[in-house]
Amino acid sequence: MNKKGILFISVVALLLALPAALNAQCKQFAKNTCKANLEPYQHDGNYHAALLIEGEEAELYKTFYSDRNYRVGVCGAGNLDDIEFKVVDTRNGKVLYDNSLNNFDWKWDFKLESSQQLKIMVKVPISDIDVEEPEEGCVAIMFGSMNN
Amino acid sequence: MNRSLIISGKIIAMLTLVLGLIGTGCNQGKRSGTVSDEFEASGTLDPETQEQLNTAKRIFYSLPSPLETAMLIKNAGAEYDEMLMNPTANTDRYITSKSKALNLGIYSTDLSYASLFDQTQATLNYIDAAKEMADGLNILDAIDEETIQRLEEHINNRDVIIDIISETLMNSSSFLKENGLESTASVVLVGGWVEGLYIATNLVNEYNLEGNKLVERIADQKLSLDIMINLLEESAEDQDAGEVLADIRELKAIFDKITIEQGEVTAVEDPETNITTLKSESSFDFPQSVFKELKSKVLEIRSSYIS
Repeated sequence: MNKKGILFISVVALLLALPAALNAQCKQFAKNTCKANLEPYQHDGNYHAALLIEGEEAELYKTFYSDRNYRVGVCGAGNLDDIEFKVVDTRNGKVLYDNSLNNFDWKWDFKLESSQQLKIMVKVPISDIDVEEPEEGCVAIMFGSMNN
Repeated sequence: MNRSLIISGKIIAMLTLVLGLIGTGCNQGKRSGTVSDEFEASGTLDPETQEQLNTAKRIFYSLPSPLETAMLIKNAGAEYDEMLMNPTANTDRYITSKSKALNLGIYSTDLSYASLFDQTQATLNYIDAAKEMADGLNILDAIDEETIQRLEEHINNRDVIIDIISETLMNSSSFLKENGLESTASVVLVGGWVEGLYIATNLVNEYNLEGNKLVERIADQKLSLDIMINLLEESAEDQDAGEVLADIRELKAIFDKITIEQGEVTAVEDPETNITTLKSESSFDFPQSVFKELKSKVLEIRSSYIS
């Protein structure tokens, strides 16, 4: 095989390995940073994480049950500014929590008098510093719960 | 055109294809819809990037995990009944990827159920069964030998056991999603959810539904059905997910006969604990005939999954 062939195969192999490596980093980030800080709440085992870029939004739908205490954690990689998130009643869009009113706290602890389907709305803010390419980083949304 | 230019062109074309694949490989949570006006603008992006973001929003649908399902059953005051679990001797029956995925979810719920009731031998048996299903789906290292050894070492420590189960569920889910197998991840969760529903409906005395917390929990599952359907519809082109979706739609037709009344939710924060209570009133009407119909349909679907 000539040099160009070897170079081509090497580049392709590297690029094919890259997404798996990035995703593995995302999982490790979710596990080490977000899941670990859910304590004393018990993580439910679900995994919701993705690479997001500045300005990008995400939303997550989940049913929460009465008589349980919950912690929702929204964690962003270190290269991203504090992640904004809101918790909304899916029936009428009423905002029940907004972390921008709470110093962009990464977590919110709550309990419910009756079971509800809620929507977690997440936004990666755009940095004030002018850069050519927006930053991209892992954002994880995780839940823990415990008995009342 | 000389030969080196042709080779360069081919390399560029291949790299473009590979980069495209990378883009999809990182895509967890489907992109759809438009960016909302719920958030204030926090800075500026170049118009092209902003345009791309305006047409892309990640949507995640979160189903109750097998662990959460088992916790809901236990905390509703239910009892432990090993006869309701899928026997571990059945593992040899599951040959197809669909049956392995469904029964990974089913065995994971059984494992969680057994561990929450401190059933040490059943816990060990069911983690082996779940491992067999995960291995059959080529989910690498979700449940490895080290995990099983850790479980054995801490078999009398429920908190550690639950943490290990949580981690194995996260490993399976992340592996499937990271490898473009979101449909399989969804089928696993549906299997676990159906198992929870099967256990719960069989632990209820159908002649005395009034005031039973477990009945309330079963009715609450109505709130997750549209989430489940949306999740499966994202993978509806996948045959396994499509078949499971048909089952869930049959269950939805029955759940639709349960009436749930919910008042407006008000958030009240306790400044001492920083815990917010979402205050609201709700009530539900779950007629006995509907309960029997649901129990029968769940039995039928679950039987088809474990056979």
